[in-house]
Amino acid sequence: MTRRLELALLLGPALLLFVGFVLAPIGVAAYYSLYDWQGFGSLTDFVGLGNYRDVLTGAVFQGAVLHNLVIVVLSLVVQLPVSVALALLLNRKLRGRAVLRLVVFAPYVLSEATTAVIWLLILQPGGFVDQLLSGLGLHALIRQWLADPRVVLLTLFVVITWKYIGFGIILLLAGLQGIPRELIEAASLDGASPWQATRGVVLPLLGPTIRIWIFLSVIGSLQVFDVVWIMTLGGPANASTTMATYLIDHGFKRYEFGYGSAVAVVLFIICFAFALVYQRFALRRDTEGALR
Amino acid sequence: MRSIRPLAVLAAALLVAACGPSGTAGSGALTWWHNGTSDPVKSLWQSVADSYHAAHPDVTITVDPIQNEQFQTKVPLALQSDSPPGLYQQWGGGQEASQIKSGKVLDLTSSVSGWIGQLGQAAAGWQVDGKQYGVPYDQHVVGFWYRKDLFARAGIGAPPATMADFTADLGKLRAAGVTPVAIGSKDRWPDAFYWDYFAVRECATDVLRQSVKTLKLDDPCWLKAGQDLAALLAENPFQQGFLGTPAQQGAGSSAGLVANGQAAMELQGDWEPGTMASLTEDKDFAAKLGWFPFPTVEGGAGDPGVTLGGGDGFSCTTAAPPACPDFLKYIAGVEVQTKLAAAGIGLPVNPDAASALKDPTLKAVFDYSRKASYVQTYFDVAMPTAVGQALNDAIANFMAGKGTPAGIVQSVGQAATGDR
Repeated sequence: MTRRLELALLLGPALLLFVGFVLAPIGVAAYYSLYDWQGFGSLTDFVGLGNYRDVLTGAVFQGAVLHNLVIVVLSLVVQLPVSVALALLLNRKLRGRAVLRLVVFAPYVLSEATTAVIWLLILQPGGFVDQLLSGLGLHALIRQWLADPRVVLLTLFVVITWKYIGFGIILLLAGLQGIPRELIEAASLDGASPWQATRGVVLPLLGPTIRIWIFLSVIGSLQVFDVVWIMTLGGPANASTTMATYLIDHGFKRYEFGYGSAVAVVLFIICFAFALVYQRFALRRDTEGALR
Repeated sequence: MRSIRPLAVLAAALLVAACGPSGTAGSGALTWWHNGTSDPVKSLWQSVADSYHAAHPDVTITVDPIQNEQFQTKVPLALQSDSPPGLYQQWGGGQEASQIKSGKVLDLTSSVSGWIGQLGQAAAGWQVDGKQYGVPYDQHVVGFWYRKDLFARAGIGAPPATMADFTADLGKLRAAGVTPVAIGSKDRWPDAFYWDYFAVRECATDVLRQSVKTLKLDDPCWLKAGQDLAALLAENPFQQGFLGTPAQQGAGSSAGLVANGQAAMELQGDWEPGTMASLTEDKDFAAKLGWFPFPTVEGGAGDPGVTLGGGDGFSCTTAAPPACPDFLKYIAGVEVQTKLAAAGIGLPVNPDAASALKDPTLKAVFDYSRKASYVQTYFDVAMPTAVGQALNDAIANFMAGKGTPAGIVQSVGQAATGDR
């Protein structure tokens, strides 16, 4: 009896919040998504899965999914190696290590909106980046960073990387702290070079941290919104539209809340499916024993 | 890459719906959402609220200035909740018609019938099916704002009256090393002004009236509008990287470029001098700024006297205290309208206040709009929201090199029939 009371008392509030703010909205969104609804008045125009068909066959939405995937892949291919390298560097005893760690982590502390506005100023035509490049004699590299449909997604990826690389590094640094020094010493006593010790001992032991980082990075990349919305509104010509900006554009700006809900559900399913598969195949070893 | 979770938005909606304080009606407290986030609008509305409160001590007004773009998201959420603001920014047209479906927008017809006639045609844009759901406080005209000093430097004596003159002037400005036209294409809506105006010049007034109602753009004039726009784009009139330029934020925006003499003109509403003035430190700026109407298009079936415009207004909600319509009357009255005109905020909706327009350029704009044979409301506002936005997106894509004149026309028909 005491145990039940204890459970209810401890789990109750969390469960209530989870149901109220996670499960219920998902259910409500799924319900709305079956209607053609402008957001006002009652739901009368039932369209079944019509909204989903429109979402999945729409060229702009398909483009948005592609843009999200590009960001996912670039994050893994670019951010991961850079994060690991910088984390290994910052884990060594160097002069000014604390300052360097602070500098690397600082952008993560800024809000996304602040980041976006700062970079808007830096990237405007004739702005800091353009002047820096021409000062270095690299005129040829100057692009219309936010106005050229071929460049804009890469520009946004750079901004996102600048913002989030610090988080990855801090995560990996924490992982590195957890690796016992004795193992590395033992490896070097056995004649391993520092590179061999890193490859053979440190990186495998960093595996769980890297796998968690990948998980967070992919989910974040699929949901990226703020930076894109503030810097380009998804433009020009939908060249930087992501699933989340598409959702706001159609759900709110066009007052198509039923359709917008369908987009939200699709986004949710994509993220959820990834999370399940990743948990099942990549994170299982790491969480063994913790979850049953 | 943590980011806004779309579902959280719905959660927020749910929260607002579930936990909002129950109605403030009758309590005499009026919450007022308006888009005047900077002076002089901000202080005008504050003083209007204060003086109304002084005359009616039982009505307390909480003024809440909100960024223009945020109304798109905040108003639908608020109207679904039990605690919408009592009074909020309202642009009329198709969007107002959508909002009425919430049942939370107050029908003002009977409470304003005694005085709304004073505003003349201006109030018509806030009617839906003959009922008044909002009241405008100013009217807008879109036209070209230009730098007299830069036009003079390029050797342009008088502003262009025809599209042929306009094109010739683009060349003169370029030759003088001046960026001819600034545009804030990042925000998309400034793009629409160009297509909208070409349509107004190409289409007969009857066609304009009919098509906005039927949402069928069958007349060939609509296609011509896109072709005219293509011809203009071929002249490369805009600043470098215009697709990424915001319209109104910062010195790098299109308004800022004109304000700081980095571009010679901009197609914008009559509000633009106020926006520009806040983006420059040039004290003589106002004297350098001139205005001319959108040039006539050769062979166009449109009446050259038709203007593109709209206006700003307010709607009361069912959560407002009974004094709300009276407050709207006060705003549309000569006293406030005179202040609004004198501060150079906009063109008054009450003709009795027109004499207070100090700026001779704005006075000229006002006279021009009074003489207009017909005022076409911006198509994105006049049409249902989903259709108007689809049109604006198609125009913006076209400006970015994606799409065709026929595609712009089709976007309206597709959106109107629920096709995406």
